[in-house]
Amino acid sequence: MAGQGVEAALKLNEMYRYIAWRLALIVPTVLAASTVIFLVMRVLPGDITLVISGDVAVNPEVRETLREELGLNDSLHIQYGRWLWSMVNGEFGGRSLESQEAIGSMIGRQLPVTLLLTGYTILLSIVVSVPLGLLAATWKDRWPDRLVRVATLGGLALPHLWIALLVLLGLLLLFRWSPPIIYDAPWTDPWSHLQVMAWPTLILAWEYSSHLVRVTRSSALESFNQAYVTTARSKGLPGYVVVLRHVLPNALIPSVTMVGLQIGMLISGALILETIFGLPGIGRGLVRAAISRDYPVIQTLATLLVVLSLVVNLVVDMLYRVIDPRVSYSVDAGH
Amino acid sequence: MSHYDRHNPQPRKLIRFLGGIWPLTRARPLAALAITALLLVISAALLADVVATHDPLVQDVSQRLKPPGAEHYFGTDGFGRDIFSRVVHGARVSLLVGFAAVVMAAVPGISIGALSAYWGGKPDLLIQRIIDVLLGFPILVLALIMAVALGPSTIAVAIAIALALAPQIARLARASVLSIKGDTYVEAARAVGASSFRIIWRHLLPNSFPPVLAQVTGYFGAAVVAETALSFIGLGVPPPFPSWGRMLQEGARQYFEAAPWATIFPGLALSVTVLSSALLGDEVRDWLDRKRAVAIEPRSRE
Repeated sequence: MAGQGVEAALKLNEMYRYIAWRLALIVPTVLAASTVIFLVMRVLPGDITLVISGDVAVNPEVRETLREELGLNDSLHIQYGRWLWSMVNGEFGGRSLESQEAIGSMIGRQLPVTLLLTGYTILLSIVVSVPLGLLAATWKDRWPDRLVRVATLGGLALPHLWIALLVLLGLLLLFRWSPPIIYDAPWTDPWSHLQVMAWPTLILAWEYSSHLVRVTRSSALESFNQAYVTTARSKGLPGYVVVLRHVLPNALIPSVTMVGLQIGMLISGALILETIFGLPGIGRGLVRAAISRDYPVIQTLATLLVVLSLVVNLVVDMLYRVIDPRVSYSVDAGH
Repeated sequence: MSHYDRHNPQPRKLIRFLGGIWPLTRARPLAALAITALLLVISAALLADVVATHDPLVQDVSQRLKPPGAEHYFGTDGFGRDIFSRVVHGARVSLLVGFAAVVMAAVPGISIGALSAYWGGKPDLLIQRIIDVLLGFPILVLALIMAVALGPSTIAVAIAIALALAPQIARLARASVLSIKGDTYVEAARAVGASSFRIIWRHLLPNSFPPVLAQVTGYFGAAVVAETALSFIGLGVPPPFPSWGRMLQEGARQYFEAAPWATIFPGLALSVTVLSSALLGDEVRDWLDRKRAVAIEPRSRE
């Protein structure tokens, strides 16, 4: 017994080391991603001041002041360093060119919306897709399976942009109802929050859960053929016990991996749906900034979305290791 | 078929191709359906000038917001423009951008992926870390900052989408080449002194291409959706060209309730295209898997 305790402690120790290692690995990735974003925004478009002033003819002096104000006269690496430092000290790239709002306060306002939307979607997708995947696998090639397969095909291939417009149109024409225009946080007005968030969550979850259902189904089908399931069956265990105790845990693992793999799709979807449903999240913020060429805002928000996708992947990776005890925590095998 | 000249296989090839259509339709109805739908959309795009019943750009105030009917199949929008003609011309823009984006993503993506797998070692590690970083970007975020940086033009949109897709294709191509790199015929080619270029071009690429191709077919749909999304949020194909994304945006912003058909039909065309390309990608992958299973089976039984 004592030996087991030591072993468990060692394993836990290994896990902490692994988590620390993964966290450390995120730093260079974020740095590299921010460099890509910075370079794309600074090098490609030529003179930013021309872009900012748009079609309006501006005299050179005004442009020079603007350049000075934005710090564009410094060399690139100094500009990049200054931007990075502002990410650390909480200024997040300064102020919006358009509204003059501090980007930090912008993020404070927008981030919860996006986190809630993506969080709801992931939770709903997992809750729905595991039973549906198992159902489809258990009734393979019968009508429940066919139904699930058609539904997932629709979820994967139908553009959510159009689905969202159709939903809004249907609600408007059939029920004379549209979601509230003003967003309310769940802690101020839960009912209004639910009304605003329900449809975008459902539409995003349709696509997201389609990925999960497909993976769950195929890995459940695979585990039906495994020796341990045959053994469990031959012991005389009832069908539902076999599915819940033996098929489910093994079908869950690839499905959890899928949550991480598809997070980029989810964030891209959130960008569009926040715009269509008028949710004041990071995605809509980025779209607005992109249209008004609000460079500091685009830079910071794009970086933030990349960080979000990396963090979700990290969390998924951790979860994956909790669910599947076979995975080792060895630092070398980690990536 | 015996009356054909045996030394001239061309007509036989054509006959075999045409003769293959019916068995394909019976064996794989979904694939046949997807191919038919895609061919319809593509020919509508190519023959837009013939198929369109009206000029897609001409405004006619007397014909504002007309519902679908015999004169305007898909109705008219708030400027009295014929939506059917705009959808057909929009197909041209949307498909062209999607196609160009996939080609521009596939060529560097496949080359870099194949080279990375072939070189192995440090160059491979470096390339893969760069690709890791790019894969950390949600596709639309990468396409969006590229579209902002490159400015509003049709070609810029295609480049932006291509740059967002290329890392994914590179990763696929690398995996695919890695899986066959150790095969006997590659060893044999190396043993007889074939150059690296020859090994990659004649052996690795042709043999790793099919699975990558299946994925790329699916990416075509993704590229068209990305174009629609960028145009919808106002960063895509500039006016006056109708693209499906811009039509959806105008439909939703300006006369959503007054003319639902202005939102429904462009989206329908988009969905048919994307659904067929996804289906076709699935079917091609399925077919390749089966083909490979047949090819591997006898060997594994030995």
